[in-house]
Amino acid sequence: MNQQTLLEFVRGPGLQIAAVVFVLGMVYRLLQLLLLGRKKNLATPRGSALRGGLRTMWHRSIPSPGLTSRGYITVITGYVFHIGFMITLLFLSQHIELLSAVLKFEWPALPPGLITITTIVTIAAMVTLLVHRFTDPVKRLLSDYQDYLTWILTFLPLLTGFLLKQGIGLGYQQMLIVHIITLELLLIATPFTKLAHMLTTFSARWYNGAIAGYKGIKV
Amino acid sequence: MNQHDTLGERLAQQGISRRAFLKFCTAMASMMALPPGAATAIAEALIKAKRPSVIWLSFQECTGCTESLTRSHTPTLENLIFDMISLDYHHTLQAASGFGAEKSREDAMQEFFGKYLLVVDGAIPLHKDGVYSTIAGRTNLDLLQEASKGAAAIIAVGTCATFGGIPNAKPNPTGAVAVSDIIKDKPIVNISGCPPIPAVITGVLAHYLTFGALPELDDLGRPRSYYGETIHDRCYRRPFYDQGKFAKSFDDEGARNGWCLFELGCKGPTTHNSCATTKWNGKTSFPIESGHGCLGCSEPNFWDAGSFYTPLSAPTVDMTKVVAGAAVAGAGVAAALSVADRAKKRRAQQSHEKLTTKDL
Repeated sequence: MNQQTLLEFVRGPGLQIAAVVFVLGMVYRLLQLLLLGRKKNLATPRGSALRGGLRTMWHRSIPSPGLTSRGYITVITGYVFHIGFMITLLFLSQHIELLSAVLKFEWPALPPGLITITTIVTIAAMVTLLVHRFTDPVKRLLSDYQDYLTWILTFLPLLTGFLLKQGIGLGYQQMLIVHIITLELLLIATPFTKLAHMLTTFSARWYNGAIAGYKGIKV
Repeated sequence: MNQHDTLGERLAQQGISRRAFLKFCTAMASMMALPPGAATAIAEALIKAKRPSVIWLSFQECTGCTESLTRSHTPTLENLIFDMISLDYHHTLQAASGFGAEKSREDAMQEFFGKYLLVVDGAIPLHKDGVYSTIAGRTNLDLLQEASKGAAAIIAVGTCATFGGIPNAKPNPTGAVAVSDIIKDKPIVNISGCPPIPAVITGVLAHYLTFGALPELDDLGRPRSYYGETIHDRCYRRPFYDQGKFAKSFDDEGARNGWCLFELGCKGPTTHNSCATTKWNGKTSFPIESGHGCLGCSEPNFWDAGSFYTPLSAPTVDMTKVVAGAAVAGAGVAAALSVADRAKKRRAQQSHEKLTTKDL
C-alpha cells in the first residue's frame, strides 16, 4: 500500500467506518440513557424540576463560590481549551470543507492566522491541564488511565494539524494521513470513553438539578 | 556518419555553438540541483560521451508521452535528447516499419547487450497472458522481459509505465501493472507524469551520460531533483493558501483574482513534481497558471484518488447517507434494547411476591 492509497483509504472507507462508530455509538448512548425512563414520582413536589434543572446547568458552568486558585486553573484553562478547540475545529476552511460534505451546508471560515493562534493557545491549555493533573495531588488521585488516554487522543489531532498547516516535520501527504488517522481514532474512541461527555454533560447536569429542584433543594 | 559517434561530433555537425551547448549544460546542472561548477563537468562529459543506444518500447498507453516529448518546445532542449542518444527503436517515431522495425530492435539488443538504455512508456497488461496489448504478435510482457535482459538501466516514462496509470485504474480489466512490478533486477528510474515533463527525461539522460550512473531517487524511484518538492511548495498561488484566500468556483471573484485552488480540488499539496518551476510549453505556464487545480498525475493511483474536484480535506466518498444510516441504526438499537429492558422489568414486577407476616 503506497501513501496515495493510504490517503484514499483514510479519506474514504476509513472515514466512513470512524463516522459510523461515532454516530451510532453516540446516538445509542444518549438514547439508551433517555429511554431508561423513570418511575413516576408520587411525592408532592416542593419546587420546580424545570427551574432546578436549568439552574444546575448554569451553576455548574461557572466557577462555584469559594473556588481556590488551583480550582481556577481547572475552570479557566478548561474553558480556554474547550473554546479554542471548538474554534479550531469549526472555523478552519479545510475543516468546513469536511463538515459541509456531511452536513450539506457551509459557513464562513476564520483567517488561518487566527486559527494558528487558537491552536497554539489550545495546545498550551492542554499541556497546562496535564501538568496540573500530574502536580495536583487530588486531581492525580482522581485520574485513571482514561483521563490520560483521552488527553492523548484529543491532543494528537491538534498537534498534527498544527504541524501540517505549518509544514513542520513530515511532508504534506504523510502529515495529512497522520492527521486524518488521529481524527478517526478520536471519533472511534469517543462513544466508549469519557469523551462521550460531549453529548451527556448538559443532560447529566439537568438530571441532578431536576431531582434537587423537585425536592425544593437549592444547589 | 557513425550512428554511435560522440555527442560533441554530433553537435558540431549540426552547427550547435559551444555557447548554446554550455547554456544547456548550465540549465541541466541547475535543474538537477548540482553546484554551479557541475555545468563544466557536464559539458566535458557530454562532449566526449558516446551516444548510448536507446530502445524505446511503447505499451498500453495513449502516445501522449511521446507527443509531449516531441512537440513541447521549439528549438529545443528536447531535440537535444535525440542528439544525446541513438534512438534505435521507437515504433511511433522511426521510419522503419513491420519486420524492418523489429529487426532494428533485435540488432540493437544484440550489438549493445548490457549497455543500452531501455525506455518504456505504457503499462503492461497481465490478464489472459497479456493478450490485451501485443506488438508484432508478441505480448508487451514478453517484449519487456526480453529487452530488459540486456539493458544497462530502464527509464519508465509516464505514469502508466511508472505506476500503472490509467490502464491500472479500477477496475483494471486488463490487469495492467507498472514496469517495476515485473522487472526486479535492473535499475529503474520512474519519470512519472501524465505526461511527464520532457526536461526531466533530458535531465536524467544528461546525468547518466555525465556521471555514468542514474540520479538519486526517491522512495517511488523518481529523480529526487525533480520530484523532491510538491507543486504546492513551489506554487505561485501559495501565499493565498497561507492567507486563507480560496477560489470557490472556477469563475468567481477569487478565481479571477488568482486565489488558491485548494477548495476546487487542487492536488498540489500531495503531488511531487516540478511543473511549478520547470513549467510547460517552452516555460509558458503550468496547469494552475491556467486556472485549473493540479490533478496529481505524477502520483500513484491518481485516477482513483477521489474526484479531481474534491478538496484534499474533504471525504472522497458519500458521508451524509452513511452518517444518517448510523444515526437511525443507533436509535434502533437503543429502542430495541429499551423495549427488552422494559419487558424484563415488567416480568420482574409480575413475578414479585408480596412479603407477608407469615414470611417473617
